[in-house]
Amino acid sequence: MDYQLNELQQMLQQSAEKYIERDYDFLTRQSRAASDLGYSQQQWQQFAELGWLGLPFNEEDGGFGGGAGEIMVLMEAFGRGLVLEPYLASIVLSGQLFARLGNTEQKADLLPKLIDGSCKLALAHSEPGSRYELERVQSKADSNDASYLLSGQKSVVLNGNDADYYLISARTGGAGDIDAEGISLFLVAADSPGLTVRGYRTADGLQAADLTFEQLEVAESALLGEPGNAFEAIEWCFDQGIAALSAEALGCMEILHQTTVEYLQTRKQFDTPIGKFQVLQHAAVDMFIALSQSRSMVYLAADRADSARDQRRAALSAAKNFIGRAGRLMGQSATQLHGGVGMSDELNVSHYFKRLTTINTWLGDDNHHLAQYSDSLL
Amino acid sequence: MQLDFTPEEEAFRLEVREFIEAEYPQPLRDKMNAGAAPNKQDYVTWQQILHRKGWIAPRWPEQYGGTGWSPTQSYIFDEEISAAQTPRVMPFGLTMLGPVLLSFGSEDQKQQYLPAILDSTTWWCQGYSEPDAGSDLASLKTQAVDKGDHYLVNGSKIWTTYAHYADKMFCLVRTSSEGRKQQGISFVLLDMNDPGVEVAPIITNNGLHTVNQVFLKDVKVPKENLVGEEGAGWTIAKYLLGHERTVIAGVAASKQQMKRLKTIAEQETQQGQPLWQDNRFRDRVAEVSIDLLALEQTNMRVLSDESAGRGPGPEASLLKIRGTEIQQMITELLAEAVGYYGLPYHKEVLLSGWGETEPVGPDYAAPLLPHYFDWRKSSIYGGSNEIQKNIIAKAVLGL
Repeated sequence: MDYQLNELQQMLQQSAEKYIERDYDFLTRQSRAASDLGYSQQQWQQFAELGWLGLPFNEEDGGFGGGAGEIMVLMEAFGRGLVLEPYLASIVLSGQLFARLGNTEQKADLLPKLIDGSCKLALAHSEPGSRYELERVQSKADSNDASYLLSGQKSVVLNGNDADYYLISARTGGAGDIDAEGISLFLVAADSPGLTVRGYRTADGLQAADLTFEQLEVAESALLGEPGNAFEAIEWCFDQGIAALSAEALGCMEILHQTTVEYLQTRKQFDTPIGKFQVLQHAAVDMFIALSQSRSMVYLAADRADSARDQRRAALSAAKNFIGRAGRLMGQSATQLHGGVGMSDELNVSHYFKRLTTINTWLGDDNHHLAQYSDSLL
Repeated sequence: MQLDFTPEEEAFRLEVREFIEAEYPQPLRDKMNAGAAPNKQDYVTWQQILHRKGWIAPRWPEQYGGTGWSPTQSYIFDEEISAAQTPRVMPFGLTMLGPVLLSFGSEDQKQQYLPAILDSTTWWCQGYSEPDAGSDLASLKTQAVDKGDHYLVNGSKIWTTYAHYADKMFCLVRTSSEGRKQQGISFVLLDMNDPGVEVAPIITNNGLHTVNQVFLKDVKVPKENLVGEEGAGWTIAKYLLGHERTVIAGVAASKQQMKRLKTIAEQETQQGQPLWQDNRFRDRVAEVSIDLLALEQTNMRVLSDESAGRGPGPEASLLKIRGTEIQQMITELLAEAVGYYGLPYHKEVLLSGWGETEPVGPDYAAPLLPHYFDWRKSSIYGGSNEIQKNIIAKAVLGL
């Protein structure tokens, strides 16, 4: 039993934290967020140079063979910096899913561009009616000679307004709309005729899009993996995403906790630092307790991300539920303890709060994962 | 990172499990499984079984009877004895006084007291709290006046667990009222049979007698019963509290109680089906279960840090806070799970189980509500949870 980071992870952690300190102060982050692109392509190139974009891919695919533990330390640092670049969307979710399902030819074609930063992906799975249910897919892919015709809608696709390619899930079979069987995955270029992308910013300053497609024709070679057989991989990649998001949340929580304690030490009211008041001390301790346990759950999530399915799903749901609740406590408490200034857009606190709130929603909120975990107890 | 136990650690777990399976006496096992409260003989019986195996004091140095286990092995051992629902090992001698004597006691004191702690022939109790000194322990007033070769002790201790079983008491007394109030406190050992020691029972909200008030009137304590320097009592008390906190998280016992909760909820019915099938009930259990998992992982992470040479600091207080909060939630859910049959009160069942008597309602139901009432104590004792938060605020957060 060992909860210590290994050497590789420690090195990665040091370089990522150094990068955030040097290149990702809050004001710079805010100006990048306000730009047209919403993040910095230059920083994305730097991610590529640092080897981060190739981190989770196999060495024969040009990657570094890292796992969930390595992604964890990177994402924790990204959380500390409120990083805007689409690492979760393009690498953790779509990149890993693509690498898992794609054949040699497909991978040889796309992965090098993904790893060198010249191409970005987005995962288009959730739909207006599906909420967090992964099995519910209404979009259809009808086989048509040597091609497929895709029709349907995808909602709130992370980094959807900027991707070069989408991974779109659509039904080629199965019994009705809710069935793990019969879900296929397609690689679709963003400029495909018949695809409408409606992009927007999300509440945390990141970006997403809704996709609509009607009789969108893709070649048979756009199919990733066996027809009707993508569900298991989609579920797996959601779990990778949960582990990564949880680590990002941990980074956000660290900053909120640190900032709040510093504020309590320096802000004076009634002629004394407000941190001398017991009621505020205990609220800060509740934050510390949530933070400390969140770290443990983030480690657990990374450790179980490649376990056998049932064990993996239960552990990841437990982690996502816990992180969701802890993140809410951290965000709300940090705002409350900062008083009026905690409400202002100028201070970083409100932005960490918003990110923690959206992280709870992404990939299933605390209620959804409570139900998932609860059912696993049966 | 390698969060799972190693094959060696799993082999050790099996060894512990097989030992318990072979040595845990059946009558005691039946009584404990019925949820009855163990009596003095039950505790001593089980502790002596562990002693004969050499497993009674895992965290002591080997030369004094410890096991030489790693923190992880000790944790596995705790998990297994909790899962088997044995009587818990009374902490007063083994996890409190023992380590204190090993760190602060004279060679004579070690020789005199440690063997009888190990073989459970001396039952110790803890004389800390007083009627006017609870969370503000340092304001204690029990006075020890220097009479040359002895102290003359006058005062009163309260909430003294099993004082009515105890042969001896370790006790914080005031030897000086000069300077800061923490500085005038000393740590002494006294004999419960000494003239002037009187034990009065306090019945708690479960109707049982576990704690007491102890009156000390002109009790003579020989000077050789002073542990450490005169005035070092507060340092010793703080050292001891640090020792207590990781144990008090009680993760293994809570895991066992969660299993019990599931078993009971599978037998109880609601709307014609097992209560366990009820999503509203099970979702609440699930949330506690996730909280327990987070606590367990945190406990293990603290142990791993300890093995890597970063010992638990004051942040271990959070284990006490969350551990007791979770324990209390489980007692609440257990009582709720049995519905109406939580209500009948049978004192004799709390003491010895139903035995040959036909149970009123399911045989598991009777102890659950009294236990819920009783377990509110866990967030009060060992430094109340509010005091633990004060400790974290000051020592960790620097507030």
